[in-house]
Amino acid sequence: MARSSKTAPIRVLIAKPGLDGHDRGAKVVARALRDDGMEVIYAGLRQTPEEIVRAAVEEDVDLIGLSILSGAHMALLPRVLALLKREKAGRIPVFAGGIIPDEDAKRLRKLGVRAIFGPGSTLEEIVTTARRLARGAQ
Amino acid sequence: MKGAPPLPPLARAVVAGDRRALAKAISAIENGDPAAVPALRALYPRTGRAMVVGITGPLGVGKSTLLNALVAHLRGAGRTVGVVAVDPSSPFTGGSVLGDRIRFARDADDAGVFFRSMASRGEEGGVARATQEVVRLLDAAGFDIVLVETVGSGQVDVAIRGIASTSIVVVVPHLGDEVQTLKAGLFEIADVFCVNKSDLPGADLARRDLAELVALGRPRDGWAPPIVLASAIAPSGIDELWRDVEAHERFLDADGRRAALERRRLAREIVGLVQERVGRELGARLERDPELSALLERVVRRTIDPRAAADRLLPSRPARSRTR
Repeated sequence: MARSSKTAPIRVLIAKPGLDGHDRGAKVVARALRDDGMEVIYAGLRQTPEEIVRAAVEEDVDLIGLSILSGAHMALLPRVLALLKREKAGRIPVFAGGIIPDEDAKRLRKLGVRAIFGPGSTLEEIVTTARRLARGAQ
Repeated sequence: MKGAPPLPPLARAVVAGDRRALAKAISAIENGDPAAVPALRALYPRTGRAMVVGITGPLGVGKSTLLNALVAHLRGAGRTVGVVAVDPSSPFTGGSVLGDRIRFARDADDAGVFFRSMASRGEEGGVARATQEVVRLLDAAGFDIVLVETVGSGQVDVAIRGIASTSIVVVVPHLGDEVQTLKAGLFEIADVFCVNKSDLPGADLARRDLAELVALGRPRDGWAPPIVLASAIAPSGIDELWRDVEAHERFLDADGRRAALERRRLAREIVGLVQERVGRELGARLERDPELSALLERVVRRTIDPRAAADRLLPSRPARSRTR
């Protein structure tokens, strides 16, 4: 079932997979998306890919944003994408933020991560992209 | 369900335990999607089976952590649990940060729990407009218990009373002096009081203040709310808290109290739905319909007063005087 109206707020899941505790970026992004009128489900720290996908399904989100600063992005992000497909939720776009080297970013995009934001990204850039990705999914 | 027509596909998927369908159906209810109406209608005969328990109280008292401890307790006892956790929407942007899921720590493959965060979307009283119908959907989906966590805005967080059969009011030590407990609102709706974070100093004083409140009050229909000391993070007191919830549920089952309560609520719900629809339709017509906009114009010009205009819009003659 599609969203019935364009006026329904965008629902986005923000989570931190893996074990690093640096959640400032995730919180700042959550706040910016909130201020743009989105409903942000903030799942917080140390989420497994399984928990993230479960939350995305139960919360019926239009978008998933994942913040990783541990270096484990090449293990965690493909796992999230694969689990989403398995749960028939592969259409939910996933974007990522954190310390992700260019060559990894290229491979992750090929695998299906829709946007990747490194240090120096502006909130405006992130919010605009999030909105575009979410509306595409709706 | 003998003689009942076959369920529409969405309703059938919800009953069959399809979590994605359940999640989509909840969104449809929240968004006022007409697709939700036939599903809810078809499922209504299957509702009324779940125990619906509300968790309310000021912000920061540990409602989410307590909810998580209750879920763990109930899952340990083999009961299935649906959760609706409401957080506020911004009055400025409509956006929200729904953070109750942070405290939710279940195995990712535990199919006996379904957790949904919900934004209040401008509704006051601690729940969203859609909360009642979403609770009903979880009920129809077959969850034994539905836990509803309210916004936590404080003293007027009382709408849960219209949804839950047992409401837990959560407080913490040093929330305020005993005068706070005299105020109307939140403290009046408790079926069970929980003093959370009771590992902190002052828990006993908080319990004493509440005990005095309960002792002074006239017990509502013969029920005096018990007071439980708990610590959601330890966790301790959770068994006792749930025992008291069940005791209140048994109390409702005696002497037809539950049926009477249900009847009052449903009457209120029907009236609310009619008010909502009539209000919406009338609001639109007051601007569009030439006759009605002329009437509005007369009120604007101070020719007639708003009550007189309302009287003219009502099909029946207004009551001249009301006696109570």
